[in-house]
Amino acid sequence: MIGSLRRLGRFGCNALESLGRAGGFLLLSAFAVPSREGFGLWVRQMHFVGVLSLAIVLVSGLFIGMVLALQGYTILVEFGAEQALGQMVALSLLRELAPVVAALLFAGRAGSALTAEIGLMKATEQLSSMEMIGVDPLRRVVAPRLWAGFVALPLLTVGFSVVGIWGGYLVGVEWLGGFEGSYWGNMQSSVEFLDDVGNGMIKSMVFAVVVTWIAVFQGYDLIPTSEGISRATTRTVVYSSLAVLGLDFVLTAVMFGGLS
Amino acid sequence: MKRSKTMELGVGLFMLAGILGLVFLGLRVSGMTLNASGDTFRLEANFANIGSLKPRARVTMAGVTVGRISAIELDTEWYDARVVMELDSDLEGELSRDTTAAILTAGLLGEQYVGLSVGGDPEMLADGDTIRDTQSAVVLEELIQQFVSNMVND
Repeated sequence: MIGSLRRLGRFGCNALESLGRAGGFLLLSAFAVPSREGFGLWVRQMHFVGVLSLAIVLVSGLFIGMVLALQGYTILVEFGAEQALGQMVALSLLRELAPVVAALLFAGRAGSALTAEIGLMKATEQLSSMEMIGVDPLRRVVAPRLWAGFVALPLLTVGFSVVGIWGGYLVGVEWLGGFEGSYWGNMQSSVEFLDDVGNGMIKSMVFAVVVTWIAVFQGYDLIPTSEGISRATTRTVVYSSLAVLGLDFVLTAVMFGGLS
Repeated sequence: MKRSKTMELGVGLFMLAGILGLVFLGLRVSGMTLNASGDTFRLEANFANIGSLKPRARVTMAGVTVGRISAIELDTEWYDARVVMELDSDLEGELSRDTTAAILTAGLLGEQYVGLSVGGDPEMLADGDTIRDTQSAVVLEELIQQFVSNMVND
């Protein structure tokens, strides 16, 4: 009885401790004074995290937009409301699907790679060597990756929405023969720039911080063995997916749900 | 060094594409216009019932969009809805005083908008004038109620 209570206590203490460590880590590295070559390092990471993720994000966005239009059209046409297709595609992409799916893909494509890279640096003692020669690994290794993630994911989300809306247009108007004017017209009259596009962007910025933070911290904090690296990579994907989906509900409730 | 240059170019293009995408979302998807508010003029119209008309809805004439609704408020003098419209300044002094405004619906479930049609009065509407002759939105419940009471009377 007392033993199980103590185990629960130890679990709670450990969880709080690692949360505190992760918070301090985020603060220290995100607001570290940028070094002179910081911009170059950031560009290199932007290339890896952003430009190279573009293909998977855009292709997924295209197919999700196409599927939305296909499903939406067959359902809406039963109510004679197929002119509301553009509105449905645009709102569901801008508010929910683009931020969430782009963040999930980002966690799988870029987050896991960040964890593995930093983890291997730690396992091969590159991080401690940097400290030995007086280079702060938080500034040199972690901060550029963190900021690259913060900037890249919102941009990827915009790309996802644009390509998805175009994919919906392709299926709904070009292939199924919906009316082009009502696709764009209903969309324009129902989408508000600040409420829909803006809140979607806020969501994706929150997801960017959470996903990149989890990925980088898991890499920095892992047990430096080959097993530790594989565990940490898995944890990155699992934790960031759960965090994105859970936070998405909270953010949706605050932004659109009228729960308060 | 050359590799780093192409990398910078790629990142630059990526960020530019993101910003252009945001502009696309603003202009094409949410229908914002870059026109300054200077080249519009205001007209007001009182409706007995506006249905589900919303601010920023279209104002059309013969199906062509000529402006947007900028505000909807309750007129406490008559207890009806006062709708403020911003129309293209091209139309200033071109609409006759007996122009009518009707609230129409695009399709069965589409959005509601205001349709204007001109009359034959030689005097023209100026900035800030009120359209007298208006036709309220069709409310489905009222139609059904009328239909049912007609059936009972017959």
